[in-house]
Amino acid sequence: MGESTGPVWVFAEQSDGCVLPVSLEIIGQARKLADELGTSLEVIFLGDAIHENAQILFNAGADKVLLGEHPDLKYYQPERYMHIIVKLAQKYQPEIFLLGSTATGKELAPLVAAKLETGLTAHCIDLALDQEKRLEQIIPAYGGLISIVCPEKRPQMATIAKGVFSKPDTSEAKQGELVLLEIANEQDQRIELLEVVCEEEDGVPLESATIVVAGGAGAKDLEGWQQIVDLADEMGAALGSTRPPVDEGWIEIDRMIGQSGKMVAPELYIGVGLSGELQHMVGITGAKLLVAVNCEPKAPVFEQVDYGIVDDCREFLPVLIEKIKASKAEKV
Amino acid sequence: MFKIVVLVKAVPDPKRASEIKIDPRTKTLTRADVPLVMNQLDKHAMEAALELKTQVGGEITAISMGPPPAAAILKECLAMGADHGVLLSDRAFGGADAYATAYTLAKGVEKIGSADLILCGMASSDGSTEWVGPELSVFLDLPVVTGVKEIAGSSEQWWQVKAHIDNGYRELKVKLPAVMAVTRELNTPRNISFSGIIKARKKEITIWDFDALGVPKSSLGLAGSPTIISDLRVSESKREVEMIEGTREEKAEILVQKLADAGLF
Repeated sequence: MGESTGPVWVFAEQSDGCVLPVSLEIIGQARKLADELGTSLEVIFLGDAIHENAQILFNAGADKVLLGEHPDLKYYQPERYMHIIVKLAQKYQPEIFLLGSTATGKELAPLVAAKLETGLTAHCIDLALDQEKRLEQIIPAYGGLISIVCPEKRPQMATIAKGVFSKPDTSEAKQGELVLLEIANEQDQRIELLEVVCEEEDGVPLESATIVVAGGAGAKDLEGWQQIVDLADEMGAALGSTRPPVDEGWIEIDRMIGQSGKMVAPELYIGVGLSGELQHMVGITGAKLLVAVNCEPKAPVFEQVDYGIVDDCREFLPVLIEKIKASKAEKV
Repeated sequence: MFKIVVLVKAVPDPKRASEIKIDPRTKTLTRADVPLVMNQLDKHAMEAALELKTQVGGEITAISMGPPPAAAILKECLAMGADHGVLLSDRAFGGADAYATAYTLAKGVEKIGSADLILCGMASSDGSTEWVGPELSVFLDLPVVTGVKEIAGSSEQWWQVKAHIDNGYRELKVKLPAVMAVTRELNTPRNISFSGIIKARKKEITIWDFDALGVPKSSLGLAGSPTIISDLRVSESKREVEMIEGTREEKAEILVQKLADAGLF
């Protein structure tokens, strides 16, 4: 002991210069960890012409922002970003380093972790300090929760999905230290970014939906899946899924709910033909009313919802859709 | 010759993975007789390798780290059309986290020698860490692209690929040799043909153990893993469920009524 604990680090990801909500959420939690460790909270912020946007990082709780500004850094470049962060980490010796489970975060985090020869936990659903002040990284698995620690290597690294932690209040202007990094003129030698293409999401977006209908392997085939799609359409709901339908190719991966997908907080969630694995269920902890339909009476999902119906979804959904139509017609 | 290496993983059959549970008393995993299958996304990596081989020639080696039964998924790769199958299997590799797994696989890929392209699935259905491809790229000092959904193979050294980002995709040029972690959109994996099974039966799987890799035990398996599991616990459900009973019609009607009462229609 006697040595001071290294800082807690967060990588703040930006899009068009604006800090992503997931990064602010992580800063909020990192602030608590830093306070508990008695150390500072420092944020890495890389991009082009972004210094005016750094204020929100202080407002969210950062003590220090390490800001790298350069036209080359406008978009994420794997080798460039990795080398900048690795060099800084070797200099500042962070105790903890957290990133969002975004496409960028999920590529950058393992690059940095491998380079620093340290551990990295994916898609944590909670972070705390244990009795030895080690970062307890909690993930769902096997119908329970697993705590992972990185006892010796530093920094202790983890990625966290959007919506796991609540967004801190950023309305109050706070002060902090802004460190401008010297960024040399150099590009990735082995990867050249040609273009970034944004695509509009089809259908009702999951994150802001009032009603979410999610389907699982119980749909059995594309025909069965179509009934779940029909139910979502009939209810004006956003369509979500567990992993198997994504693997089967019934739905795009950006519709996956849960630990390695999206977090949703609708007024009503209906889970159809899914067993209730925790990896999925952690994605709906913010939902108000939960309903499950599954043919297996012992499915764990029935311990995690408000209303349960035991039935084959392929038989039940057409009947349910008719009843919903009838109910709507009555109101007109 | 153009050499493609495909990383594949044997995972508990995702359709039965929920049978593996945490025993709340012993805090260990209950042994369930869940069979191992090839990780679905790795089939897409295998398919990409086969399509690229048709285009640019060369040979394909499928490599996996796992217990002896994992050899079955390498046989599957051979039946799909891979030229060689290598299994890294040794007690010393056991208990590896993503870091130690990527390190061990990197040593295996090095031993295969002079790979031009290394393909793997973007994630595995059991761990879902998505770290093995990028970490392996660091250990081999190669560039990596994750979320790959389109690959334009060519005889040039720079290849053009499309890869997922959160709200769309990016188009990149990558200098080979490189690592690519692929997504489902890339292709549709072929079915295994009868002649493929016959061909695979004639081929041997190469097994490399700890001695074959020649790396210190301290960098393998549990000993080489920076992360450890410190606790396992059963999660407690917070909801009091009401089961809706009756005929199919009645159940639908009661549910619709409950949702209407809650102001949701």
